[in-house]
Amino acid sequence: MRVHHAVFARGLRRYSTYRAATLAHVLTNSVFGVINAMVLLALFDARPEINGYDARDAVTQVFVAQALLGVAAVMGPPLDLEERIRDGAVATDLLRPVPLQSWWMADDLGRAAFQLVFRSVPTFAVGALLFDLRLPDDPGRWVAVLTSFVLAAVVAFGLRYLYALAGFWLTDTRGVWAVAGLLGPVAAGMLLPLTLFPPALADVLRLLPWASMVQVPAEVLLGKESLPGGTAAGGLALQALWAAVLLALGALLTSRATRRVVVQGG
Amino acid sequence: MVEPIRTRVLWPPRIYVRLAWTWCRALSQYPASLVLLTVFVSLGALSEMAAVVIVFGHAGELAGFGVAEGLLVYGLSATAFGCADMLMGSVERLGQHIRTGAFDTMLTRPVPPLVLLATDQFTPRRLGRIIPSAAVLVLALVWCDVDWTPARVLMLPVLLVSSVVICCAVWTASSCVQFLVTDARAAANSLTYGGQALTEYPLAVYGREVVRSATFVFPLAFVSWQPALFLLGRPDPTGLPDALRLAPPLVALLLCAVAALCWRSGLRRYRSTGS
Repeated sequence: MRVHHAVFARGLRRYSTYRAATLAHVLTNSVFGVINAMVLLALFDARPEINGYDARDAVTQVFVAQALLGVAAVMGPPLDLEERIRDGAVATDLLRPVPLQSWWMADDLGRAAFQLVFRSVPTFAVGALLFDLRLPDDPGRWVAVLTSFVLAAVVAFGLRYLYALAGFWLTDTRGVWAVAGLLGPVAAGMLLPLTLFPPALADVLRLLPWASMVQVPAEVLLGKESLPGGTAAGGLALQALWAAVLLALGALLTSRATRRVVVQGG
Repeated sequence: MVEPIRTRVLWPPRIYVRLAWTWCRALSQYPASLVLLTVFVSLGALSEMAAVVIVFGHAGELAGFGVAEGLLVYGLSATAFGCADMLMGSVERLGQHIRTGAFDTMLTRPVPPLVLLATDQFTPRRLGRIIPSAAVLVLALVWCDVDWTPARVLMLPVLLVSSVVICCAVWTASSCVQFLVTDARAAANSLTYGGQALTEYPLAVYGREVVRSATFVFPLAFVSWQPALFLLGRPDPTGLPDALRLAPPLVALLLCAVAALCWRSGLRRYRSTGS
């Protein structure tokens, strides 16, 4: 456990050195948030209510999505593990007396924690400053939102760890990321809130793991009844379920992959 | 030795084509991978297009623009940004090249460094974005019932080329920030990809202030908004003069000058990181 703590702290510290990059990301996320929000405001100006969302809900979700873009790394970056599988440095990782998955999870959650504080919070604050966002008054809801964000980071790690493990079989995971980069933002509800999709498609996408990265946290914040069971607890349960499933799958595949790994000497 | 002006002007494009071709040949060694990645890129473009259709589908009309006109604006913007991304998109990796020292190597080669930078990892995969966007543009032009006067027929290619040139200039100029702050790649993206996101919808959707600033400060209005108004023969809903729609070629030239200035002053100040 202490090792994981140290790895988490390292991940956090490593990202804290890229100050200019963090500032640049906050700027970009805010610009995209403003553009998306203005398009949706124009849309809701024409149709005040669509599938239970109004303009305020939609704009709030836009900024939740931009805030989670860094935490959940929906469009990358991939885990460093991927490059290490390709070039063989993963052999060093496997020699450590710590499971591969939990090591990288500690590292990635360190990164996510840094992004949450220094990227998500400022981006969301810009949104709250420029637009009329729907912010819950109930402190209990904020606890649920924070839990949901943390679970989003865990689900995101679970997915990216599986993408990385594909490297044991494929060597080059660019193809995996090509699919993930295409499917991720759409299925997460980042391109557009899933609410705007045709209801049949939206219902399917809501149950997939990608929705746990943006759509579910956004609905937890908004307190929507479209969550499983109609409550925030239902949404958190769905996220926790996906986190458990993905991590279990990751653990299973890790043992399969490490049995077949051949690292070339040299 | 003074080279004849013709060689001096033609040399960069010629070497650009040759270097880009080298990268294409390298990538064609893995044809299946190239084809699959291109297909995924085009599916990504289609999903963005679907988002535009969904938004217009719910709204019916935005700022007086229906689905067909909306897709015309989207097609103009996506085609121009897609072409610029293929031609000059690699320039945004400047900071990375500076950090690793690869940029120093580029400076020692007998090829203009901007050409080397722009052709670095050139990939025809980006055609996967350009082809569907161009197809949407053609379909939208048919669907919108454009009144094809000789002026419109003649201006269409001029407008398209100007849009691509404007986007290339935006890409180059915004990447030059990385001469000063090597980590600032993402900041440039707020102008490049952000510009693309902004111009995908009719600008009037964003209100007067955004239209004004996208016309006079960051002239992105000339990528898709003014050309669309020209092709559809509509007055500007925000009340700007109609003459602006003939300005894209001039804006393109002006932005090229700005980009060249940014690049040259950045290059002059550049000191290697020593790594």
